Amino acid sequence: MNLFDILGPVMVGPSSSHTAGAVRIGLAARALLGRGTPRRAHIALCGSFAATGRGHGTPRALIAGLLGMEPDDERIPDSPRLAREAGMDVSFGEEPLRGEHPNTARLHVEAADGETLDMTASSLGGGRIEVVEMNGLSVLFSGELPTLIVQNRDQPGCVSDVTGILAGEEVNIATMRLYRDHPGGSAVMVLEIDKPVAGEGLARLRAIEGVFSVTYLDARRAL
Amino acid sequence: MQTLEELARAGEGRDLFEAVLEDDCRERGATREDSLSRMGALLEAMRRAQAGYDPTLRSGSGMAGGDGARMRRYARERGGVCGPFVGEVIAQAIEMGESNACMKRIVAAPTAGSCGVLPAVLLPYQRREGLRDEDVVRALYVAGAIGQAIATQASISGAEGGCQAEIGSASAMAAGALCYLGGGDAQAVCHAAAIALKSLLGLVCDPVAGLVEVPCVKRNAAGAMIAMMSADMALAGIRSAVPPDEVVLAMRDVGERMDASLRETGLAGTAGTPFGICMRERIQGGKATP
Ligand code: SF4
Repeated sequence: MNLFDILGPVMVGPSSSHTAGAVRIGLAARALLGRGTPRRAHIALCGSFAATGRGHGTPRALIAGLLGMEPDDERIPDSPRLAREAGMDVSFGEEPLRGEHPNTARLHVEAADGETLDMTASSLGGGRIEVVEMNGLSVLFSGELPTLIVQNRDQPGCVSDVTGILAGEEVNIATMRLYRDHPGGSAVMVLEIDKPVAGEGLARLRAIEGVFSVTYLDARRAL
Repeated sequence: MQTLEELARAGEGRDLFEAVLEDDCRERGATREDSLSRMGALLEAMRRAQAGYDPTLRSGSGMAGGDGARMRRYARERGGVCGPFVGEVIAQAIEMGESNACMKRIVAAPTAGSCGVLPAVLLPYQRREGLRDEDVVRALYVAGAIGQAIATQASISGAEGGCQAEIGSASAMAAGALCYLGGGDAQAVCHAAAIALKSLLGLVCDPVAGLVEVPCVKRNAAGAMIAMMSADMALAGIRSAVPPDEVVLAMRDVGERMDASLRETGLAGTAGTPFGICMRERIQGGKATP
């Protein structure tokens, strides 16, 4: 852990795992949906999120993240009202864990244009999170480094197209993982990169044949 | 830095803060200016969190809120058993713990539950001694390095090591920071930290209903008091008989031996009292709405 993992984050209390991490989970879902504030969200709390989440403001924190707030936003306690104002319909339920970390939420979010996202993510403590499932695919990423998430059809050439464009943008790839359900099915590429990709580069990635969506995630801000 | 021994050696013959700053720049690939401005922002956020205390707020459970103001009023009007300065420290520690419980903005140091310890000793001490922000920022580096050595060798998470890992670590960090500000050398700083950690060894994590409220808020005051005591002892030339890193490893060992019911599960300790059980049923029994 570095010095600023010990001191910080600046966050709205009471718990880095149940509050700050929950905001980041909401933010990740918002970013992965990629359509601004969702129209509808159903959130299932699992494990310790279900048991003690309400006392820690976990539901309000998740809603705040979906609305685009950062973990230090003082409007977090007021997020249910702000969601109503923003026209976002939120419901909560509880589900058992399926072997994930004890602090886990499963989200189903729906954008105004009908686009949907299913995501499962866990809060690991200290405000750090990991996304473990996305639209039915098992994945694993934290967003702590700048991360590109590319959803595509599993077809030859897609990976080299993506890495080729990144090379052209002079973006260095730190790690890269591929997930798919079956050959030719849907796939997810998770690339941790050394620097952000400019808007033009993102547009070129999105234009690749077989790519459905490209998300740029940077869960860890300066503070 | 991985150990207190390394920290003590790094500070030999030079300002300990400089050694930690250099280490941070190396570790994160950051510039000196970046690092300093980030730490400065944390101090500013601590100060703002302190100023933002609202005595009328109550936590969702109703268990936390208002006590900081009660303590402050008492210390101001009656001086108190410990005198006005310590009264102010206790009040600030409680206020920050309450702000955290009431979903206000705080600085985790090292965790949200223990966020009151460090600012409660540093801010009143700065005011009393007329220190510059620059000096307090330096002390935060020292505190952070102590936390790093503890996190690397043991843990700073209540779920892993009990409250000794949270309030204990916060107290050790605050003790080292105060000792540094009081003119102690790197050896004294590490011993201040060890004395504090030793004093809180064995402290269990037993939050009522799993919420960071009871006993967490008041433990921030306890951590602050022990930090001051430990800094003074170290500055007086008293040394921890057990070498500092061995104290850290003892904390880890105790944490590993601690029953899971005493590691943030909210099942035993104060959480397992009739009061604790009653609160848990009341809070967890309701339906799941925000
Ligand atoms: S009792 Fe547990 S939750 Fe409360 S401050 Fe201590 S470690 Fe944190």
